[in-house]
Amino acid sequence: MPAAKAPTSLRRLFDEIGTVDQIGIEERVAKFTTRSLKKKSKVFGLRLAVSMVDLTTLEGKDTPGKVASLCQKALRPHDVGDIPPTAAVCVYPAMVKHARKHVGGTQVKIASVATAFPSGQAPLKTRLAEVHAAVNDGADEIDMVINRGAFLSGEFGRMQDEIAAVVEACGTATLKVILEVSELETYDNIRAASFLAMRVIRPGDFIKTSTGKTSSNATLGNNQVMLEAIRDHFLATGIPISMKPAGGIRTAKQALHFLIAVKETLGDEWLNNRRYRFGASALLNDLVRQLEKERTGAYQAPWNFSEATEGY
Amino acid sequence: MPKTSSKTNPARELVFGDLWEYDPAPETADPKLKPRYDLFINGSYVPPRAGKYFGTINPAQETKIADIALADASDVDSACKSAQKAFTHVWGKMPGKERGKYLYRIARLLQDHAREFAIAETLDGGKPIKESRDFDIPMAAAHFFYHAGWADKLEHLAPGRQVTPHGVVGQVIPWNFPLLMLAWKIAPALAAGNCVVLKPAETTSITALKFGEICQEAGLPNGVVNIVSGAAETGAAVIQHPLTTKVAFTGSTEIGKSIMRSLAGTEKKLTLELGGKAANIVFDDAPLDQAVEGIVNGIFFNQGHVCCAGSRLLVQESIADAVLAKLKRRIAVLRVGDPMDKNTDLGAINSREQLTKITDLVQSGVTEGAEKHDNGCKLPAKGFFFRPTIFTNVSMSHRIAREEIFGPVLSILTFRTPDEAVEKANNTSYGLSAGVWTDKGSRILKMSTLLKAGVVWANTYNKFDPTSPFGGFKESGFGREGGKQGLLDYLRVD
Repeated sequence: MPAAKAPTSLRRLFDEIGTVDQIGIEERVAKFTTRSLKKKSKVFGLRLAVSMVDLTTLEGKDTPGKVASLCQKALRPHDVGDIPPTAAVCVYPAMVKHARKHVGGTQVKIASVATAFPSGQAPLKTRLAEVHAAVNDGADEIDMVINRGAFLSGEFGRMQDEIAAVVEACGTATLKVILEVSELETYDNIRAASFLAMRVIRPGDFIKTSTGKTSSNATLGNNQVMLEAIRDHFLATGIPISMKPAGGIRTAKQALHFLIAVKETLGDEWLNNRRYRFGASALLNDLVRQLEKERTGAYQAPWNFSEATEGY
Repeated sequence: MPKTSSKTNPARELVFGDLWEYDPAPETADPKLKPRYDLFINGSYVPPRAGKYFGTINPAQETKIADIALADASDVDSACKSAQKAFTHVWGKMPGKERGKYLYRIARLLQDHAREFAIAETLDGGKPIKESRDFDIPMAAAHFFYHAGWADKLEHLAPGRQVTPHGVVGQVIPWNFPLLMLAWKIAPALAAGNCVVLKPAETTSITALKFGEICQEAGLPNGVVNIVSGAAETGAAVIQHPLTTKVAFTGSTEIGKSIMRSLAGTEKKLTLELGGKAANIVFDDAPLDQAVEGIVNGIFFNQGHVCCAGSRLLVQESIADAVLAKLKRRIAVLRVGDPMDKNTDLGAINSREQLTKITDLVQSGVTEGAEKHDNGCKLPAKGFFFRPTIFTNVSMSHRIAREEIFGPVLSILTFRTPDEAVEKANNTSYGLSAGVWTDKGSRILKMSTLLKAGVVWANTYNKFDPTSPFGGFKESGFGREGGKQGLLDYLRVD
């Protein structure tokens, strides 16, 4: 009877990892938004954010042509100015081989959502097969979804076993574990799920907020809960886990607030794209636009920036 | 993460280095200051009769900002007389509905001039611009808005009884929240129908004198608000003037006691809001990161120049190490420096005198055997600054556990059981505020009845609202400010 066991085991986990006070953490993150970035520190933050973007297209209507233009945008976000490439492109498994033609061998990685994204409601065998397929097609990184049903019904062991199975299926590919925070609802649950995931993944693997397919996605609040979980796990075990907020981060200003949270919570060692990523698409052009403003002193018209993909 | 972190050795430490430094982000707007401020009496600025002025300095630069008029007994007398005249002929007779309109107007004007006031406050007092901008000035406006609403509803404060204003109210305010303390004093006094003679603190007179301009702009009848700047003698003259029928003082316990002595045998009504040595109590089931945030906010807000600051941390022994480790990591990213910089978390100490007092008390902590930790940050070469400081191995008999430091210095003590926590928390001559951190609702309720403090915050700290009464037990004073309790202190109930 998993339902009857659930409260006890969740309580035991909280006794171990501690809980989160909603009002307190939201007050903490509100302070990040009052930081004021000027001049060089602003440019540094914007460039850093560009280099952390997982440029994403996850739509039923994706085509090889769309993926090709996404890859070009990732390699060269703007035709003028010295703007770094993004960290990765993020596509569905069927599109991995098309992406490989354009970014294979470059510093832009190929990330693929797998495991019956976004719901995860497929047999484990099917989900693992999808991971194998994506890795065989050349994906460098796999973005999986956790079994939220298992978590919410208290079957933590099953949730962790499934993540462990995906880790194995990844081989050398980096894994990003999507908690889908909006379906976990509370900060306590997000902290609990973060710990459960971190205990079965490898150093350098990621925990990630959202699929971008539900009503609410990455916020400074749930980002902070996960950063603090990563910090506590790191200080206790020495294992550095990376972090990826995804969905809902559309403006450069928002991205800078997230990076300030990283700087003040995890410190310098997480301020790079091995340890921190943004799952986003519309964000990239706003970052580029702000960088061009810093470079030229004036805002450019929106049509001066090449379209890569609509936002998700 | 109490249990896991005590079992496993932390493998590494986080690096808070200079990879991504924030560039200076100074607030540069013009605070529109005058080189010389006269006294605000009877609706206009008048020079002091004796012609004496004193300089007010910027504590972050140690440079003079302006000359401030020094009011003597004759100036105070003329301020009290003009207040009495305004009360008898205009303000005391005015219907509450009309008084309310003036208060609303003052509140809106404070919002209109918020940026100017925020900068003036930071310049004169040393507090970080983000605090004067996001807390002091908006909160001052909020107090006028709140009390404006009461002005025509006073009969509901004490149903079935008659409430009447006292007349002329003498008010003396401290330097830690200059404009906000002015608002806490003036807003309820005016709403209740009193007229006011207010003396701002010697080191922070500018925003109070600037407030005279707001009164003028609001068209407030002459004499309803009078501001007399000066030192202790000026304050004493305000308090002892025969026309002031009600006296309100916020400041140190020492001066509060002498005021009480001086008013003994008179009919004057008195409220005092004095010092504190608040206990912030953290139980082992508390959400630790938020508790740490609350501890930081409790003691480092406004450089610890807060009478209700959570200056004694009482932490349950089983989690003491975990809390200390988190606290040290948190203060490592606190930014101390130019108060005018928008990224500054701790600004300048208000005066050299206060800096000396803090330094002496910290030295006593070291001498008495407590262990001192600070964040080791670089301090500006000029100005009065002090690093955020934490003491461990503190015992209840140490001076740093008993005396109000009024600076960014936290003393950490431990407890084992809830009874011991209550015992230690109440073992102080003060009783202004306390904090309780726990996941257990019933424990919060129980603690709040056992703690002898005017305010008990649960899972938060330093939260203020105009609707909530604020005031102390024991040597922290008596009377309340804010809410209907605070307003009643400005009325006679028959």
